[in-house]
Amino acid sequence: MMRRFFLISVPYVWLLALFLVPFVIVLKISLSDVELARPPYTPHFDWATGVWAFLSELDFENFTWLAEDDLYWKAYLSSFKIALISTLLTLLVGYPMAYAMARAPSEWRATLMMLVILPFWTSFLIRVYAWMGILSNEGFLNQFLMWTGVISEPLTILNTNTAVYIGIVYTYLPFMILPIYAALERLDESLIEAAEDLGCSRLSAFWLVTIPLSKTGIIAGSFLVFIPVLGEFVIPSLLGGSDTLMIGKVLWEEFFSNRDWPVASAVAVVLLLLLIIPIVLFQRNQQKQQEAEQ
Amino acid sequence: MIQFQNVTKRFGEFTAIDDLTIGIYEKEFFALLGPSGCGKTTMMRMLAGFESPTEGAIYLAGQDMAPVPPNKRATNMMFQSYALFPHLSIWENIAFGLKREAMPKHDIRDRVDEMLRLTRLEKFASRKPHQISGGQRQRVALARSLAKHPKLLLLDEPLGALDKKLRQDTQFELMDIQEKTGTTFVIVTHDQEEAMTVASRVAVMDHGKIIQVSTPDRIYETPNSVYVADFIGEVNIIDGVATPNGPESYALTWQDGQAPLNVTSPHTFSDGQKAHLAIRPEKVTINAEKPTGVDNLVQGKILDIAYLGNISTYHVELPSGAVIKAQSANTRRISRRAFTWEDTVWLSWTATAGVLLAE
Repeated sequence: MMRRFFLISVPYVWLLALFLVPFVIVLKISLSDVELARPPYTPHFDWATGVWAFLSELDFENFTWLAEDDLYWKAYLSSFKIALISTLLTLLVGYPMAYAMARAPSEWRATLMMLVILPFWTSFLIRVYAWMGILSNEGFLNQFLMWTGVISEPLTILNTNTAVYIGIVYTYLPFMILPIYAALERLDESLIEAAEDLGCSRLSAFWLVTIPLSKTGIIAGSFLVFIPVLGEFVIPSLLGGSDTLMIGKVLWEEFFSNRDWPVASAVAVVLLLLLIIPIVLFQRNQQKQQEAEQ
Repeated sequence: MIQFQNVTKRFGEFTAIDDLTIGIYEKEFFALLGPSGCGKTTMMRMLAGFESPTEGAIYLAGQDMAPVPPNKRATNMMFQSYALFPHLSIWENIAFGLKREAMPKHDIRDRVDEMLRLTRLEKFASRKPHQISGGQRQRVALARSLAKHPKLLLLDEPLGALDKKLRQDTQFELMDIQEKTGTTFVIVTHDQEEAMTVASRVAVMDHGKIIQVSTPDRIYETPNSVYVADFIGEVNIIDGVATPNGPESYALTWQDGQAPLNVTSPHTFSDGQKAHLAIRPEKVTINAEKPTGVDNLVQGKILDIAYLGNISTYHVELPSGAVIKAQSANTRRISRRAFTWEDTVWLSWTATAGVLLAE
């Protein structure tokens, strides 16, 4: 009994220390007012005045501000749009790759899996910088295309939304491939044969059997991409242009350029609340999958 | 109806089917019987269209099947693993093939309901495959493969996953359904009892070749080779040298110091030709007293008794050391049996009881 309690308590203490406490701090800052000081907000908790005096100074001013200034909801909306489109793109690129991996001879699969995971061995930041080198006007891609004669003028890709999509698809592809691969690898080959035997063409067997049976993988992969992309900051700020509006970027600017910690915290809190919906949906999908396997 | 014409199938170096020619008739229950790896599943997969012959051709109702893909063939297959779609209900599984044809909705409904009745699954129509038992799943697989009125139904080890009692019941169900629907059934199995029970004709296969094709009783009573005799049921094989001693009658000299055995055979053997006598244990009579007026008689000592309840198999060791198996029905209680271990007994059989096989 003691032992079990101890085992369960470890992850809960972990979650409490690394998730809940920081969140409460951020929540508190979001309810504070900005001030030219260090740290740049007020009030501070003081034992002398007591808890009530401290709480009475907190207000929802920053959240009202978020609702009034259209920059913020535009940024949320734009992030949502970018996350949605890039999730779809990642799915379109990732599904065929996962399918090919699952259909590859079994002695190849470990190697292919390795290749998918390989990019993680290098820092994410360095890889995004590498894309700047590839996509810039004098970059490898333009040089190659001009050399082959496909284009005569360099294409402007860097600092546009296209570059952001390329960066996101590249970075998050493994998160899409791995769950889909896991679902497809479990798929019994004889089910496809049975579908063909019952009159399906290759294509309709794929639509009616393979896709439905890899649905949990598709959903899991999509959430694993969508959720982090929604708050993505590095890729849009390095690859995107001035017109790439994403909430992660806004957040960063509020914190570091404006030094408006309370508004930045309010942005973060709203983002988290928005993310709770897809996270709950994701959890439910995982649970369903586990139940189906039992 | 089905014709295999000099069909050969190779997987790389390995020859799975070796120059095979065979015909399967309409409305027949045909069994392919053989040990694992003999090529029987490959034959079935070629019929379904999942494999194509390396050489030769397969004709279905006179039409060469080579260019026809699996989804265009009038054959349906019941898979060994059943291959039921886990994301669809039993009803949708059975309707799956019908929906692929442009069939009116109410016709599909009628047909599915008919199949559910036939396989006695009405109560489970809305369940998912993982919510029903193994025997029920097997019936769903059967219903699904029969729903499209195939000209030919292929069954790949269909009863392998069932326990013995359920298997026997299902065998009779299969025969019933085959009779009711008039579909040609081809069943692949390694279980000789199953093949003998359900099939109207049995093909015994080994190493990609068909050794013998015949009705179950002829396969059992008159095997054409030692391999078939040995594969089907229990058998005593006695090696010897044949000498003609009358019309269709031979004396088999088999061991020094033993009288030659009398055997009749419709096949001719030359004088001094090596031959094997295959004789089933149940055709060997065992007696405590020396019987008179029998064609063949040997004496031996009981080495072992396998008690199977309804019958017992006696392993009788002859003075030369050879062991002959004899079977007799346990018509009396075991305590009143006339002989037991180490007893000296007489074995006898008629001249027509065994089959004389060439080398």
